[in-house]
Amino acid sequence: MSSLFDLLVAGLATGAIYALVAVGFTLLWQTSQTINFAQGEFVMLPAFLMLAAMHAGAPFWLAIILGILLSMILLGLAFKLLLVDPMMRHGVLPLAIATMALAIGIKESVKQFFSAEASPFPSIAPTGDISILGHAVSLQSIGVLVVAILAVFGLTALLNRTSLGHQMQAAAQNPTVARIIGVPVERMILLTFLINAFLVALASLLITPIYLAKFSSGEVLGQAAFIAAIVGGFNQVRGAIAGGLLIGVLDNLAAAYVSTQYRAAVPMIFLIAVILFRPQGLLGRAEERTV
Amino acid sequence: MKSTLLVGALLTAMTATSALGQAIKLADVAELSGGGATVGTNWKNGIDLAIEEINAKGGVLGRKLEVTHADSQSNPGVARAQVQKALDAEPYVLLGPGYSGSVKVTAPLAAEAGIAQIMGGEAAELTQAGNKFLFRTSFGQQSSMPKVAKYIHDEMKAKTVAVVWVNNDFGRGGRDVVVKELDRLGSKVVADLSTEAGQADFAADVGKIKAANPDAVFVYLNEEESARILKELKRQGVTAPLMGETTLIGQKVIELAGDAAKGARGHVGLTTDAPVDLIKAFREKFSKKYNYVPDHNGLKGYLAVYMVKATTEKMGKVDSKKFADTLHGLTIKAADEPGILMDVTFSDTGDIDRQSFLVEVVEGKQVVKQVLPKVK
Repeated sequence: MSSLFDLLVAGLATGAIYALVAVGFTLLWQTSQTINFAQGEFVMLPAFLMLAAMHAGAPFWLAIILGILLSMILLGLAFKLLLVDPMMRHGVLPLAIATMALAIGIKESVKQFFSAEASPFPSIAPTGDISILGHAVSLQSIGVLVVAILAVFGLTALLNRTSLGHQMQAAAQNPTVARIIGVPVERMILLTFLINAFLVALASLLITPIYLAKFSSGEVLGQAAFIAAIVGGFNQVRGAIAGGLLIGVLDNLAAAYVSTQYRAAVPMIFLIAVILFRPQGLLGRAEERTV
Repeated sequence: MKSTLLVGALLTAMTATSALGQAIKLADVAELSGGGATVGTNWKNGIDLAIEEINAKGGVLGRKLEVTHADSQSNPGVARAQVQKALDAEPYVLLGPGYSGSVKVTAPLAAEAGIAQIMGGEAAELTQAGNKFLFRTSFGQQSSMPKVAKYIHDEMKAKTVAVVWVNNDFGRGGRDVVVKELDRLGSKVVADLSTEAGQADFAADVGKIKAANPDAVFVYLNEEESARILKELKRQGVTAPLMGETTLIGQKVIELAGDAAKGARGHVGLTTDAPVDLIKAFREKFSKKYNYVPDHNGLKGYLAVYMVKATTEKMGKVDSKKFADTLHGLTIKAADEPGILMDVTFSDTGDIDRQSFLVEVVEGKQVVKQVLPKVK
C-alpha cells in the first residue's frame, strides 16, 4: 500500500511535468495548427541555456531567469518568425516535418557545442521529506507538483478570466471573425508561442534535476507529452492536463506492476485504445472537417 | 678495393647486429576513436609508457619491444578487420581491444593464428568459451562478483538484498553471478529488478526497493543510470547501504549524482587511487608524460606489456607458440617484476586473481576503505 502511495505521488509529479509540455502542444495546435515534434527538445534546451549561464558565472536564480527569457526569445519568437510563419504557407504537413528537422538540429547542436555526456542540474526544491497521511513524501516531488499545478491554474485563469485570454480563445476558435471584431489575431498567436516557450522552460527546470541534462533527454519527454495531449484531447487545455497526469501515473504503475521492459508499451496501448474508441480524446470535443 | 671490402664488412656487421637485436613486435588494436576513445587512448598510452620504460632498461632478453597501434573506431566490425591485418604481420602477442564486444569477435582470429591476446574486456563470457589464447588484464565479472557478494554478506551483514541491474549483456552477466553467490552465502534476494539502458525515470524501481525493505541494495547499471537511481533513492528516502561496482562510484557518477552518491560503496579491481606504492608511482609517471591522470584502462595497458615481459623472461626465449601455455597458471610477483604493480595469478582460462579495493564515496571523492585479498 505504501508502495502504491509512493508510486502515485511520483507518477503525479512526473505527470504534472508531462501536462505542462502537453498543454504547450495543444496551445500551438489550437492557435496555429502547428504540430511541434520538437517539443521534447524544447524541454531539453532551456536546461542547457541555464547551465551555460551558470558556467558564465551567473548564480542559479539569475540563470533561471536568463534561461526562461532566452527560451522565450529562441523557442517562442524566433521559432514562430523563422520557421512556423514561412512553413505555414505550405500546409500543416511540411511544417510538422520541419519541426522534426528542428528537433534533430537542436539535439545535434547541444551535443556538438555542449557535450554528449549527461551533466548534473541543481534542483529548485530542497531535499528532505515531509509526512503526508503517515507516508514520507519527498519535498522535491511536492515542489514539482506545486509549481506545475500553479502554472496550469495560472494559465487556465489567464485563458478563462481575462480579456487577453478571451481574445486568445477567439483567435483560436475563429480567426476571421476575431479579426472582424478587432482582436489582434497575429499578436495572440505570438503570445501562445511565448506561453509555450515559458511552459517548456518551466518543465525543463523541474524535470532536469531528475533526468539529468542530456542532449537526448527530450525524446522521452516529447513522446510522453504527445501521447498525453492526444489521450486527453488535442483541442482542450484541460484534456492535456488530465492526459499528462494520467500518462505519468500509468507509466509508473506499469513499471511497478507489469514490467520495466514493457513500461513504454502500456501508454502506447492506451493511446491506441483511445484513438479507436474515443478519437477526440478523453476530454476533447469532436471536430468536424469542412471540405 | 679497400672501400668495397669496408662496405662489405659493415654490411655483414649490420646484418649480424640486426639479427641479434631484432625487436619483439607487438600489435595493439584499440578504441582510439568513437565512443570508446577514452578507454582506448588510456590503454594505448599505458602500453607506450611501459614499452618506453622496458626499452630504457635494455628490453626483454636483450631485445627491444616495438608496438603498432591500430584504431578499431570502437566498432567490433572494424576491430575484426584490424586484428586480421595485425595478425597477418605475425606479431609476438596481440594487445587489445578494450571493449568486450570487440574482444568477442576478434578472439577466434587470434586463437586460430595461435597468438596470445591480452585484452581489456570484462564480460564474464569472454573467458568461458574455452579459448586457450585469451588473457584478461582486469577482473571478469566471475572474479569480481563473488568478492562483492562476500562483502555484502560478511561486512554489510545483509540478510536481505535488493539487486538492480541493467538489462543487457553486461548487467545480466553480473546479476547472474552475484545472485548465485548471495544465495550460496545465505543472503536472500528480496527484489530482483531489471531496468533498461538509458532509462530516465527510476521512481517505480525505487518504489519496489522501498517496499522490499532490504538490508542492502546492489546497483549494477551504467554510469548515467547509476546517477539517476542514486538521486531517486535519496528522493524516496531509502536508507539501506548501497553497494556496486566501478560503475556506481566512478568520478562521473559522483559528479552527476552529487550528494546522493554519498556513502555509496563499490568494488574496484584497478584504481589509480589505490594505496599501493607501485600504483602511486605509475600514476605519477603517467601524469608527467601525458599531462592527465589515467583511469583504470591506462593501468590495464601498462600491465599488458609487463605481462608480456614477465612471461617471456619466465620462458627464457621469445616463442609466441609457447607464450599462452606459459602464462596459464603463472603467478607474477610485484617483488620480482615491479611493473606488474600487484601480485597476480592467471588461471587456465586466462582469468586473473589479484587483490582489489573497496571504495566509498566520501565528500565527493572515492576513498579506498579496504583492500580485498586475492581469492586464492
